[in-house]
Amino acid sequence: MKIAEQEVRRVAELANLALTEDEIVRMTQDMDGILTHIDKLSELDTTNVEPMSQVLYDAEETATLRADVERKPLGNADALANAPVSGQGYFKVPLVIEK
Amino acid sequence: MTIDSIRTELLEKKRSAEEIAREALEFAEAENPKTNAYLTFAPERALAAARAVDQKIAAGEDPGPLAGVPIAIKDVILTRGLRTTCASRMLETYIPPYDATAVIRIEQAGGVIIGKTNCDEFAMGSSNENSAFGPVRNPVALDRVPGGSSGGSAAVIAQGTAVLSLGSDTGGSIRQPASFCGVTGVTPTYGRVSRYGLTAFASSLDHIGPFSRTVRDSARLLQVMAGRDEMDSTSAVAPVPDYVAALDGNIRGMKIGIPKEFFDGLASDTGDVIQAAIQTLQKLGCEIREIRLPHTSYAVGCYYIICTAEASSNLARYDGVRYTRRSAAAGSLQEMYRKTRDEGFGAECKRRIMLGTYVLSAGYYDAYYLKAQKVRALVARDYAQAFEQVDAIVGPVSPHPAFKLGEKVDDPTSMYLSDIYTVTGDLAGIPCMSVPGGKTPDGLPVGLQVLANHFNETTMFRVADAFERA
Repeated sequence: MKIAEQEVRRVAELANLALTEDEIVRMTQDMDGILTHIDKLSELDTTNVEPMSQVLYDAEETATLRADVERKPLGNADALANAPVSGQGYFKVPLVIEK
Repeated sequence: MTIDSIRTELLEKKRSAEEIAREALEFAEAENPKTNAYLTFAPERALAAARAVDQKIAAGEDPGPLAGVPIAIKDVILTRGLRTTCASRMLETYIPPYDATAVIRIEQAGGVIIGKTNCDEFAMGSSNENSAFGPVRNPVALDRVPGGSSGGSAAVIAQGTAVLSLGSDTGGSIRQPASFCGVTGVTPTYGRVSRYGLTAFASSLDHIGPFSRTVRDSARLLQVMAGRDEMDSTSAVAPVPDYVAALDGNIRGMKIGIPKEFFDGLASDTGDVIQAAIQTLQKLGCEIREIRLPHTSYAVGCYYIICTAEASSNLARYDGVRYTRRSAAAGSLQEMYRKTRDEGFGAECKRRIMLGTYVLSAGYYDAYYLKAQKVRALVARDYAQAFEQVDAIVGPVSPHPAFKLGEKVDDPTSMYLSDIYTVTGDLAGIPCMSVPGGKTPDGLPVGLQVLANHFNETTMFRVADAFERA
């Protein structure tokens, strides 16, 4: 096995996912399957290969900057329109710090 | 209908854009129960756009290159005021506050957006079975999948319920459904079309691209969308050539590479169609050369590390604070995050978030993510070397034709492995497309994949167009 249930539980916590016991069992099998395939990458010697973190560098550095012109941003009401709970111009969340 | 036939009808006053839009909407709504390809229709928006086209024509103005053409948009691309769900419970009621740049450009060109298409949830899947709103059925064979993730966008073209559609492609999500449904689908060069307003899945791999009946219509739609957009810093500044002007049907003397690695593990019914297509290209005067893309067998592993890592980061924003859904069961903040995500995401999204979080987690970054970025460089180098010898590359899109609904849902690894011939193009960032190549003895469509070098869409379109005419 490439990954144990214990580790799947830890990753679920990192990912903020509350998985059920059944989901943990299934997830462990599925992740093991794909991680086993991914192991194939270790056959390749990549010692002197530069990682490809960008696809294309076709532009001059400054070509990615727009002109510094003022423009109307998305308004507060539009930005909040899809919030499940909002009030007084803010997103509202459950109490974080107890009094 | 094609872009040209609609233009002729409009300019000869045979039908108005409004009549065309009304008929298109009526037909699409009546046909939709067969395939479930549309999630949302947009009658008000469509009719307003159509009337604007009619007014321009009445005033003697140019109504634009897409005048009056009914167009469907994949439901991961934002449309202001029109529900955009990403086929997820998470965004079931989400109403975007702005339009994607591609959408703005289509409407400025006179295009008429009639609805939003079904897809795999957050564009994750190869069968369209991961939609929270039910799978799409393949119009060619209703017991089969249309492919994914842009299954709805391919199906509406095959079904004739839209003339053009937009999809998104991260690892094959335009080409594979185009192949399965027997239509044309194009993944342009990375950065050729702005992704502003495309819901992010894997940002170093995501593309927007067209679907159509003909190569020419895809070229025209790409023409409208392509080009620098200051709202997307990754959009390319390279000038956009006139794609359609180059489509003269003559590809005599063109050097076409056939990658040996694209024929390993290929189903025989698919292989026969591809071999016949290669012979057609030879008859058209192309010089066929066998080439090697030696890192192909590593591409799926490389792809699923990079795309899941990026997806786990991009999907972190769906936390119950900003995007419509919040679990009713939530007590504390932490509990709200977890329960909202658990209730909102489907199984495939969770699988990818988990895998991505794992490969990025402390102690694994070098072994997985960094390693995958290096292997990605090798895959891209394979193509760079190939394009020193050939003008274009052709091969299959998928190892097999459309499979039956439910046939592969229990084996995610096998589903991932079937992306083998499409992920390499995305990893390298080159333009690639699927054009109908023929049919299997069972009558299932098989797409021919055509790939070209960065920003060389023109060569890709010329090969596909000449093949289509032959």
